[in-house]
Amino acid sequence: MEPILELSGLSKVYPGGLTALDNVDLTINKGEVFALLGPNGAGKTTLIGAVCGLVRPTSGSIRAFGHDLASDWRRARNRIGLVPQELSTDMFEPVHRAVSYSRGLFGLAPDRDRIEEILRSLSLWDKRDERIMALSGGMKRRVLIAKALAHEPDLLFLDEPTAGVDVELRKGMWAIVDTMRERGVTIILTTHYIEEAELMADRVGIINRGKLLMVDQKDAMMARLGRTEAHITLARPLSALPSEIARFPVELEPGGEVLCYRGGDGTGKGKAEVAALTKALIAADIDYVGIDTRESSLEEIFVSLLGEGKAA
Amino acid sequence: MISWRSTWSIYTRELMRFLRTAFQSVLAPVLTTSLYFIVFGAAIGGRMPDLGGVDYGAFIIPGLLMLTLLGETTSNSSFGIYMPRFTGTIYELLSAPVGVSETLLGFVGAAMTKSLLLAAIILLTARLFVDYSIAHPVLAVFYIMLVAAAFSLFGFILGIWADNFEKLGIIPMLFLTPLTFLGGTFYSIDMLPRPWDTIALANPIVYLVSGLRWTFYGQSDVNIWISFGITLGFLAICVAVIAFIFRTGWRLRA
Repeated sequence: MEPILELSGLSKVYPGGLTALDNVDLTINKGEVFALLGPNGAGKTTLIGAVCGLVRPTSGSIRAFGHDLASDWRRARNRIGLVPQELSTDMFEPVHRAVSYSRGLFGLAPDRDRIEEILRSLSLWDKRDERIMALSGGMKRRVLIAKALAHEPDLLFLDEPTAGVDVELRKGMWAIVDTMRERGVTIILTTHYIEEAELMADRVGIINRGKLLMVDQKDAMMARLGRTEAHITLARPLSALPSEIARFPVELEPGGEVLCYRGGDGTGKGKAEVAALTKALIAADIDYVGIDTRESSLEEIFVSLLGEGKAA
Repeated sequence: MISWRSTWSIYTRELMRFLRTAFQSVLAPVLTTSLYFIVFGAAIGGRMPDLGGVDYGAFIIPGLLMLTLLGETTSNSSFGIYMPRFTGTIYELLSAPVGVSETLLGFVGAAMTKSLLLAAIILLTARLFVDYSIAHPVLAVFYIMLVAAAFSLFGFILGIWADNFEKLGIIPMLFLTPLTFLGGTFYSIDMLPRPWDTIALANPIVYLVSGLRWTFYGQSDVNIWISFGITLGFLAICVAVIAFIFRTGWRLRA
């Protein structure tokens, strides 16, 4: 694993006293897709802003591609792209000119072939001569992505890339992220949509009130904090848990008609235990008429972690 | 090290922005200047004596040029940086590997270019109304460029300082325009009664108008070197303020 972005003890306290980032340590490795999850005001955009030069950190250090962003910012920023949360661009400009401007701004020579390739990959080629203001919201967001890709960054920040985008365009956006990942671009995305992180991210970080609560491989996080929940509807109500199934993490719901299993670890252990539980029920001559199982999602893990954070 | 490609990108984009409103940008100063010439040059000027041997219609050309130059340069430059701040597109500039040099050369260079174009248009318009000749044409161009640079920088500071459209317009409207009108645009300071001729010297615009008038007709209210010195001093102050803004990120970075 080659680290390309290292945040160390990064803090940002705004003049009003709001702590937007609180001693954040984070390392991003080359080629990975990292999802930063957190509620509104958690510090996601401030973190991105600190790396991209929009926010002045109060303390701590940022190194990108081995360059200190405080002293060697030109070389570091050359390789970083940003797609902001807001649809901020000159709406009167035609698409191709806006994208060409972004390339030039980063000091690169004009390259019509490269701009065409980017516009085609984002289905914007047919719209190249249209003013940005004439495009739909989804297309405008694609323009922002095209602008961020114009200087061929190695690290790309996507701040809420699918906010306000319909389901179809959202899926299109996921495909774009996949393509960029295949090209070797390291991506850091912030999102409210947990399914987005589940689908795309290799690693997930959870941030709240400026503190990075947890950073882990998505699968490892699911394994560590994931749970399986199964509701088994019995043919005949029970008055108490039979001893044959006492070894399982089950409880009898009020009324005695439903057995509730909560266990597992997100790696499939829960499903195996539910299968073993059903066999134990049959062996104990306890009949059932329905089973409803579900795995906890990243969202539930996220909510649970935030809940713990608040309790602390 | 300065990135000339980045500078060129900012510069050309700003000029494109100007060209989008070229009709308004060119027509407005032409119309305004024509009106001034009709009112002050033809209607009133015909009853005015020559000033230092210069026909009154020709006498007011440097003043009118300065009046338009200061207003347009300041507003072009201030809008150039204020609008990206207002719309949020400033993120692109701040996240790019460009520093104060590229930003200033791009924004201020474009504002200067627009101003020089306008100056040329005004001089051509003036030719339609009065006959004039320029005594020191090279110095005149140089002085116009110097003033355009200084007020582009001033406009840039204004565009960063302003956090609403009212503030953006208040300095040109309440200070710049009145001071220019009172700065000898339409009269020589010698024509003012005492003590107003002395009080007028506290107005910095007097030195700008006077300096430009010297390059046109070889005569002015104040010494040409004082005019140059004050213009250069103002430019240096603006550069220092902008350097401070970029170093601290004031009103640019959160």
